[in-house]
Amino acid sequence: MWQFFHKLGSPKWFFGIATRLMPWLLWGGALLLFAGLVWGLAFAPKDYLQGNSYRIIFIHVPSAFLAQSVYVMMASAALVTLVWRMKLADVFVKAAAPVGAVLTFLALFTGAVWGKPTWGTWWIWDARLTSMLILLFLYFGVIALGAAISDEKSSARAVAVLVLVGVVNIPIIKYSVEWWNTLHQPATFKLTEKPSMPMEMWVPLLLSVLGLYLIFGWFACLRMQTEILIRERRTRWVKELVQAEGN
Amino acid sequence: MASDARVRLRLAHEAIGVLPAMKAVFLRDLKTAFRQRQDLLNPLLFFVMVVSLFPLGVSPEVSFLQQAGSGILWVAALLSVLLSLDHLFRHDFDDGTLEQLVLQPQPLFLLVLAKTLAHWVLTGLPLVLLAPLLGVMVHLDGNSIAVLCLTLLIGTPVLSLIGAIGAALTLGLRSAGVLLSLLIIPLYIPVLIFGTGTVAAATDGAPVGGYMALLGAFLVLALTLAPFASAAALRISLSNS
Repeated sequence: MWQFFHKLGSPKWFFGIATRLMPWLLWGGALLLFAGLVWGLAFAPKDYLQGNSYRIIFIHVPSAFLAQSVYVMMASAALVTLVWRMKLADVFVKAAAPVGAVLTFLALFTGAVWGKPTWGTWWIWDARLTSMLILLFLYFGVIALGAAISDEKSSARAVAVLVLVGVVNIPIIKYSVEWWNTLHQPATFKLTEKPSMPMEMWVPLLLSVLGLYLIFGWFACLRMQTEILIRERRTRWVKELVQAEGN
Repeated sequence: MASDARVRLRLAHEAIGVLPAMKAVFLRDLKTAFRQRQDLLNPLLFFVMVVSLFPLGVSPEVSFLQQAGSGILWVAALLSVLLSLDHLFRHDFDDGTLEQLVLQPQPLFLLVLAKTLAHWVLTGLPLVLLAPLLGVMVHLDGNSIAVLCLTLLIGTPVLSLIGAIGAALTLGLRSAGVLLSLLIIPLYIPVLIFGTGTVAAATDGAPVGGYMALLGAFLVLALTLAPFASAAALRISLSNS
């Protein structure tokens, strides 16, 4: 167990594992996402009230789900950075932050597109939307602080502190629809309860959420590999690797 | 070994207690601040000027100002606290005082708490005292002004405490000012929402107890957790320089 933990701290070891893992993540994710989206967008039954416009949830819910989930993952990694000073944890935070920001933006954007025909407005300052907007700002802050500090170690720890401070927003987002009486409906998608929608809608939604998770994993691995190559560019294994690729 | 232990014991005796140390830091910050009076006045002037922009820039109608007044005052107070945060650690960072504070035997987070409280007394408290005057200028009624001052009294310490984290994180960076705002504003939004929500409820004649309790909860949360984050951030920034 501890040996595994120590190995995980080694960029070289992670680089190898990621290379082997990435095809699985990419193709698994693409397959699931494709199946979920095609099923959801083309074959799932119409909603009796909203007609076809509800179908955007097959993009909206997975991206919103991931947007919060990525932040929680980053917060866990930030804790690891502060406690064990593990370099890879910081590499993950730096790699995941822009992806998280894009997912948050996607969730807000698809929400707006859906809100226009359903609520009659692109944007409303209700609790869920506002807290997601704050999440987007937090991602921007993390990216900006990471870029502003040139020293690698200080940058890692400063960003970790900021990510951990921002984590207070996550429960606010999650429970905003339950604490306040808002326009945004309560969570559509829960793994712990019996779904309130028919199975033909729920299963494709589940597939797209899982697919997006895998795609995120692939993307995170890719970005982490890039970051590792940049940081370890002076080490022998990176030089050998690059030379082998070049030939 | 024995002499080592004795030395440590003597050091522990010579070190002053935690509370006297906090008091010393607090009073020192007040004293140095009063030697630079203009720096104390600037955030207040900024507060007054920003508030006066709204009637001129948006609408001087009494009905608009009554509705938006509390929000305007809160946003202006928030911005002036934000602008003053840069001073919180900057001077002490430049002249090396901060390094001495980190080396003290007393826990750093308590010394940081003392510094933050001094910052609040120097910026937040004057804003609260100035708020009734500006409240009258934006046509708030007496009850709303009283509630507004109370929310600012509970809310501005939260702003100082959260802001200290950002000030500590951006210490010694280029273009720290803009970055500081970028990091801190998202964390200020909940305080702003509940601060203005309280006054809006009071204007509508609704009970404000629940809102006040939530603001109080923010204060307790910030008071207990923010100093730890600020202290950690200070250590990081100092190891960077």
